[in-house]
Amino acid sequence: MEVSRLPLAPSQKAKLISAGYTIMSFHLFCLNSSYHCTDLNISDTEALEILKLASQSCRVDRLDGSHAIVNGAQTAWDMLHEEEFITRITTSSADLDNILGGGICCKEVTEIGGVPGIGKTQLGIQLAVNVQIPADRGGLEGKAIYIDTEGSFMVERASQIAEACIEDVLKNYVFQRKEYQACQDEMQPKTFLANIFYFRICSYTEQIALINYLDTFIAQHKDVGIAVHAMFVKVVILDSVTFHFRQDFDDLALRTRVLSGMALKLMKLAKKFSLAVVLLNQVTTKFVEGSFQLTLALGDSWSHSCTNRVILYWNGNERYAYIDKSPSLRSASTPYSVTVKGIRDAASHCKRIRMM
Amino acid sequence: MANKLISQMGLSKSTANIFAARNILTAKDALSTTEFELMELLDMGMAEVTSAVAHISESVCPLYQTALSLMEERAKNEYLTGHLPTRLKGLDEALCGGIPFGALTELVGPAGIGKTQTPVRKVVQLLAQVVELEEEVDIAPDVNLSILSRSIALQFCMKLSLLAALPTSFGGLNGRVIYIDVESKFSSRRMIEIGAKSFPEIFHLEGTAQEMAGRILVLQPASLSEFTESLQQIKLSLLQHQVKLLIIDSMAGLVSGEYERDAGAPRQPSLGWHISFIKSLAEFSRIPIVVTNQVRSQSSDEARQYHFQVQSGGESAEVPARLDSHLVAALGIHWAHAVTIRLVLETNSGQRFMKVAKSPISPPLAFPFIITSSGISFLSDDGIEVLGPEIHTIHFQGHNDIIDLNRERLQ
Repeated sequence: MEVSRLPLAPSQKAKLISAGYTIMSFHLFCLNSSYHCTDLNISDTEALEILKLASQSCRVDRLDGSHAIVNGAQTAWDMLHEEEFITRITTSSADLDNILGGGICCKEVTEIGGVPGIGKTQLGIQLAVNVQIPADRGGLEGKAIYIDTEGSFMVERASQIAEACIEDVLKNYVFQRKEYQACQDEMQPKTFLANIFYFRICSYTEQIALINYLDTFIAQHKDVGIAVHAMFVKVVILDSVTFHFRQDFDDLALRTRVLSGMALKLMKLAKKFSLAVVLLNQVTTKFVEGSFQLTLALGDSWSHSCTNRVILYWNGNERYAYIDKSPSLRSASTPYSVTVKGIRDAASHCKRIRMM
Repeated sequence: MANKLISQMGLSKSTANIFAARNILTAKDALSTTEFELMELLDMGMAEVTSAVAHISESVCPLYQTALSLMEERAKNEYLTGHLPTRLKGLDEALCGGIPFGALTELVGPAGIGKTQTPVRKVVQLLAQVVELEEEVDIAPDVNLSILSRSIALQFCMKLSLLAALPTSFGGLNGRVIYIDVESKFSSRRMIEIGAKSFPEIFHLEGTAQEMAGRILVLQPASLSEFTESLQQIKLSLLQHQVKLLIIDSMAGLVSGEYERDAGAPRQPSLGWHISFIKSLAEFSRIPIVVTNQVRSQSSDEARQYHFQVQSGGESAEVPARLDSHLVAALGIHWAHAVTIRLVLETNSGQRFMKVAKSPISPPLAFPFIITSSGISFLSDDGIEVLGPEIHTIHFQGHNDIIDLNRERLQ
């Protein structure tokens, strides 16, 4: 383990290096801390702290032969096994689910972009509602966090979509009359709305702060309502990731660094709580090969930060979704529509999925 | 929240001192750098930096609300659950009660006449005056004067101002209105006329016209910088003076006067600042903000496709032929993303339409309407659902008509 890679303060690192410790080797631990103090000209507590960190990181470094060859790694076989259990959130459009491999994937970050008015917010609200479909009705029975940076979230619309969602769920399952009644009592638009945590963000500082804080927030809200069902936050929707970053950042290099840091945190979050992170993005124009083309905002380096990327676009008079980037899905496009009830299949119902 | 001082967040004294010593005073300073940069800058270990950042984040982070509490709170605290009714039944239904509070609503109508074409403009202005003078004139549907469409937007804005100023007993918001009139088109006389025609029961009372008009404050900034300044001043007075509606007529007039071209680099930062400032105004004071916008013709090299559409070019059947004089809203795609609701006023084959082009609540609807002495009146309250991106294009016959028509009229 190299000293320069230890998570120490720069000045302490400099002291260690100037005293000749470039590699944290075994002999460093044999010496007691008071020796370090005089040698490095640091206080006793600091020396102890350094030793603690060093021994920790060395332990990570050493081979843990019993279980895994590299600490923290997983075999591809295990991953395959795990993938079978990955849950997905339905979009309420069968075609769209189909090209997404069953819906928006939990444990991953999905970016969805498109021109104004194409239905990004609609899809966001739809997902916040759909994540709550009870487990015995084929849903995730989770909660949603909706982070609104643009002020476009409309509670009236969320309520409309929730009502339509409940109606559809009830319709799809034929129950005996009694059971139907119980189910109807259980699923109320109000409970659906109560399970959407809404954050209104007014600056990019708040956006960064909230994403830093989400970890704690989700952990705290794990156990709410444990008496009835243990409900976890299963989706985080950021509508839109772009807005504040597009206006107020002058230093574009810094913007890229901050954004990729944010994307990393979101990815970690997705893995840790096995939830889906959905980032909505705006579009901008880009000059490519002599003509202007539409492209998602925030630049090329940002486009590497998300695992999946879906672009919503107009194709003639229909709305289409296109899988632009995904490690596991084929790039495909399919029509969908936005109705009073929310996101649904395109009206003319013939299979028109086209592989590209 | 972004400018909250780190020294007041209850970090441990030594850590707070280190932040202060490096001139990292606010949450914004601390959070707009990465954690590694902070380690370098503050000369602190990873663990300390992470915990400090987590602490700062937590204290800056806004509180959450559930969607349910949000809805209940609005139903309880806000008059008409946070909507300004437009009194156009179809539109109010589509928008769940009217123009929403706390959001940006855009009204797009063709201005048509470029600023350089002064002679034509003069004539049209003259004509517009004639039209305004003839009170009861029911403008023939074949008159496709851009300036008239523009004045429809203007009339609609004036009507909204009145609605916000009306006492609550008459369905208004009983508040003040700030009207930022960039193009100096506001006409008090016309506004009172509209008021008298639309709400005769109120305007016939002694002194109400004066009271209503007294509640509408008109600002006429001469330049972008003046506009920016007055926006900043407004922020404070919005809360103090019971302002219930802010109208900016027009945004494009300001911005496009000073910068050229759609994707031009220099405009973006400035427009960006205005966008976020106006949106934060709406949010913070919970009032509806209505902004008018002009149109421009769609240039042929305009980006309409993504790279994957270009590649599979032949396959996709799209890019409908754009034969008629198509117009699109000015200010570009960045602005279009920022508005919450976009209403388009257009004339299509002799019939005027108001289209709900972008809205998180309403499906894309078009309402045919006519102009009466009391303003816009819908022919039908059941909108026609519009398919496809058609909803964003703005129909309006070319400039030639105007000139011909002017000749006819002036003879």
